Amino acid sequence: MAEHHPAQGGARGAGDRVPTVIADELHIVYRVNGAKSGKGSATAALSRIVKRGSGDSARGVRKVHAVRGVSFVAHKGEAIGLIGSNGSGKSTLLRAIAGLLPAERGKVYTDGQPSLLGVNAALMNDLTGERNVILGGLAMGMSREEIKERYQDIVDFSGINEKGDFITLPMRTYSSGMAARLRFSIAAAKDHDVLMIDEALATGDRKFQTRSEERIRELRKEAGTVFLVSHNNKSIRDTCDRVLWLERGELRMDGPTDEVLKEYEKFTGK
Amino acid sequence: MSETTHDGGVALGAASPPDEGLPAARLAAKYGLSVSGARPPLREYVRQLWGRRHFILAFSQAKLTAQYSQAKLGQVWQVATPLLNAAVYYFIFGVILKANKGLGHDTYIPFLVTGVFVFTFTQSSVMAGVRAISGNLGLVRALHFPRASLPISFALQQLQQLLFSMIVVFVITTAFGSYPSLSWLLIVPALALQFLFNSGLALILARLGAKTPDLAQLMPFVLRTWMYASGVMFSISGMLAGKPEWVTRLMQANPAAIYMDLIRFALIDGYGAANLPPHVWALAVAWAVVVFAGGFVFFWKAEERYGRG
Repeated sequence: MAEHHPAQGGARGAGDRVPTVIADELHIVYRVNGAKSGKGSATAALSRIVKRGSGDSARGVRKVHAVRGVSFVAHKGEAIGLIGSNGSGKSTLLRAIAGLLPAERGKVYTDGQPSLLGVNAALMNDLTGERNVILGGLAMGMSREEIKERYQDIVDFSGINEKGDFITLPMRTYSSGMAARLRFSIAAAKDHDVLMIDEALATGDRKFQTRSEERIRELRKEAGTVFLVSHNNKSIRDTCDRVLWLERGELRMDGPTDEVLKEYEKFTGK
Repeated sequence: MSETTHDGGVALGAASPPDEGLPAARLAAKYGLSVSGARPPLREYVRQLWGRRHFILAFSQAKLTAQYSQAKLGQVWQVATPLLNAAVYYFIFGVILKANKGLGHDTYIPFLVTGVFVFTFTQSSVMAGVRAISGNLGLVRALHFPRASLPISFALQQLQQLLFSMIVVFVITTAFGSYPSLSWLLIVPALALQFLFNSGLALILARLGAKTPDLAQLMPFVLRTWMYASGVMFSISGMLAGKPEWVTRLMQANPAAIYMDLIRFALIDGYGAANLPPHVWALAVAWAVVVFAGGFVFFWKAEERYGRG
């Protein structure tokens, strides 16, 4: 916890406040099959099927209302932190902004295609690091040429090859730290209009953390708007100039980083 | 982080933009923002999908490689698995049950092996299709791409698997006296049509399976019934000799039977055109085009809803 990077918020003039993301009374509901009332027996399941047509609740589908009526406008050049306790709907909100989770009610308007920083789901542990770099890049929508161009940068940035030729080994042979570093390096290789980062800062050793924080600042400069979900108030303070505080799926507070964090710290009793 | 006494007023809505008071929809329209996660028009969707062709191919190859990467023999299993399958089927149907009604021994074994592999192609495409969305929710919820990439990629993976199996088929066919000839080239259009048909089925089942994951439990029974009705282990015309002709024709119009018979006809000398129904190529094309186009549109219609769950 040595260096402190001041938030780079004041650089923009107030004149060119172009909205890039608009959330309008957004509601997100998850439906969970077979989680009703603990009765998992076959007869209970059958009677639920028979009761079909009498609505979701009768069929044993439980609804989880994860985001309740959130509205905000994000502008070009802003770095917005999302805070709140576990299960408050932060990650869900990010996915909804990215258009990955359909909204129950309300709408999200965006400029271009916002993307989540992360390719974990596309990578395969049984493949070599090399093939995962290519697969991950393609999954994020990069072209083969772009990947070829950036391949060496990705490998160098991850530092996988610092201790020998590990990139040609399957990813399942990596230590968890190494795998996390490679995943971050692949994900951070692409430029985004609207970039969303979900607790990505906490990966790898101290040296890699510093390097990835630097890379995120770079991405931030290139990207129009950045969203960052983190439980680390310091990294929020370092990167963000505005914070949205979610609690139980509701927007509790929206304002400059210092003000919101102060209230949040009061709330969590720190 | 210790200034807890100071009462900082809750600043809602931070700084007031010049557009304040404008309703969200109007504000979005003013700056040209679009609804996130909306379904693109069909033509645009096809264009996006084409843009992802490298991903579709790489994903299918990765899945195929990952399958045997833990085994000591590695990719040898790509060929060894179908070979062992063929041996088991020969032992059960050729030696024990003697199901080779209407076919000579030298015809029956390549007939059986071809049938098993070609049907497996459709079967595993369908099974992979059911789980294409529901089994990859992590991917669907993390990255943006036309969702049709997944079922098509899985069908492509099965096609590559089949190409490995075809090596075994070529060896067995030749061993039983049907030597390579020009007619072998007919398997290219036949397999291409079957791939289209399988992709269409995978797309249909991917949408159904995304909403009702229970289909993954039900499908094996449906597929086994389909297999026994398609003449994988027996010749339809041989088995139904003496029954009214329309029954045979109806059984032979089954798409799985059509693609199997086309490939057997192409490869096996003893399996002549008499075993094929009339207009067999027209039927093969019709099944492929109708099921693929229908499946594609059916899948696209729910594009924005995948990932909810």
